[in-house]
Amino acid sequence: MTASLPALWDAGVLEALVAQSASLLTLDNFWLSALLKILLCTVMLMVVSLVGGYLEHKAMGHMQNRTGPMEAGPHGVLQLVADGIKFIQKEDIVPRAADPLVFAVAPGVALVPALLGFLVIPLGPGIWAEDLELGLFYALAIGSVGVLGILMGGWASANKFSLIGGIRAAAQLIAYELPLILAAAAVAIQAGSLSLVDIVESQATMNIFGTPVSMWFVFPQLLGFAIFVTAALAELSRPPFDMPIADSELVFGYMTEYTGIKFAMFLLTEYGGMVFMSALISVLYLGGWQPLPGIGLPGCEAAAGISDCGALGTVLGVGIMMAKIMALIFVMVWLRVAYPRLREDQLQKISWLVLIPLSLANIVVVAIGKVAL
Amino acid sequence: MSSLDLLFILFALITGAGAVLTVTSRNLVHAALFLAVSLAGIGMVFLLLKADFVAMVQVVVYLGAITVLFLFGLMLTRAPIGREALDSRNRPMAMVVSASLFGVLVVLIVRAFGDFPPVTPSSSSVGDLGMAIFSAWVFPFEVVSMMLLAALVGAILLARRESGDSGEETEVTPIREALPDRGEVEAEQRRAELAARDGGAR
Repeated sequence: MTASLPALWDAGVLEALVAQSASLLTLDNFWLSALLKILLCTVMLMVVSLVGGYLEHKAMGHMQNRTGPMEAGPHGVLQLVADGIKFIQKEDIVPRAADPLVFAVAPGVALVPALLGFLVIPLGPGIWAEDLELGLFYALAIGSVGVLGILMGGWASANKFSLIGGIRAAAQLIAYELPLILAAAAVAIQAGSLSLVDIVESQATMNIFGTPVSMWFVFPQLLGFAIFVTAALAELSRPPFDMPIADSELVFGYMTEYTGIKFAMFLLTEYGGMVFMSALISVLYLGGWQPLPGIGLPGCEAAAGISDCGALGTVLGVGIMMAKIMALIFVMVWLRVAYPRLREDQLQKISWLVLIPLSLANIVVVAIGKVAL
Repeated sequence: MSSLDLLFILFALITGAGAVLTVTSRNLVHAALFLAVSLAGIGMVFLLLKADFVAMVQVVVYLGAITVLFLFGLMLTRAPIGREALDSRNRPMAMVVSASLFGVLVVLIVRAFGDFPPVTPSSSSVGDLGMAIFSAWVFPFEVVSMMLLAALVGAILLARRESGDSGEETEVTPIREALPDRGEVEAEQRRAELAARDGGAR
């Protein structure tokens, strides 16, 4: 059976998608490497998100002078696992006036893009599922589909709070997608590539007036970094941009009518999105798996540069990338605790009148710098 | 028949079914969602033809922006919560128009590309695509972008209703004017109190 399947499966079907640098997960056996890659994306969504969620519980607790979860496991580390089991056991309630099919499909439509986004994220030297030539564009395009699920959930719940939440989410995500893409475009211009692996590598080897310099893009593009982080927060509907959920105004926005596993899927989408955006910020601006600007991982002297670092370097690289992701999630939690929610008109004004003009100016400056240097 | 053909048939069926359901469904939001299915199917067909850049553009522009704008507009203006059944009763006319358009397009495409030798799709890098657009095809590209810009400016102009500009001036009722005067309210209360006292005395 397995022998006949690859014959049916033209190798050319996926060829268009697969680009330059080979991943360590690409093995001779097509199905085994596919399985490994799916596993990588799933672990990123399911496990790393839970770690991020635990970090949020704990960090927010301590910032508010309380301890956060303490009972499940040592220092409450198993709290979110227990929550997951609880969600599965809960009754699945569908409002009588709801549109049952759209109501049921919506969490999946929101969750699947969050899973697919991890396909292109490089986690360490050689540790990525696929290094697409269009990686950055793919990541941003897939990320823009999730809002469909939010809109579907908001409408199908047949609840005015849900509907207002869904509408707010749509307006917000459309407004902030533009600065996000424009800021990322400036990075692509400076790196000269859309592949996320190439973007990481170009941060290790930049040429300024013919001199090779290792420079993370956060330094030349501090403005772009600020724009990207702000827009990413808004894309994730994280406080202070959580108007679609706005628990003091809209009960719980588009998630109001959801219970049990469907609600858990929406929550997982949010935390998976946090991990995904943090990973993207690390890759675009913070040098990916490099420990410090100019200092490489041990064992990266091979011909493949920083994409082939041996066993120790690979493990260290993944660890450093995870540390960066968690640090960025910590900053998101910090912002949540520190700042009150914006008003809807302030939110739209910030995007259309401040972030978009600034990101256009950022592109102009970066393009001039790219040609001049 | 290769796996490519099988996948193409699968996605073509999905796209076609989505398109048919878009026009036959009586709920506007359902129609918009089926449109999203159809557009996603077209994106997959682009991917099978190894036009991965166009496929991504299809996803980000049509799925991520246009469908979302459709749904946003529907929910903001009509808010059709729950089930509803709509029918514009234009079915015969719509059938005639779409059938004739389909016929014209089929004839045109067959005449233009009918004797074109079949080619196997080959992928080209984004760099090549960019070079082609911004060197050989830069003039059409600029024309299209100017047209989009003009459409954008026109849409904003139409949506913006200032006195003397295009469009009708809507009558705005400020909240303060809509509310009854405070003096009137107090007088009304006093009258009600007096009436209650009179009633009690009697």
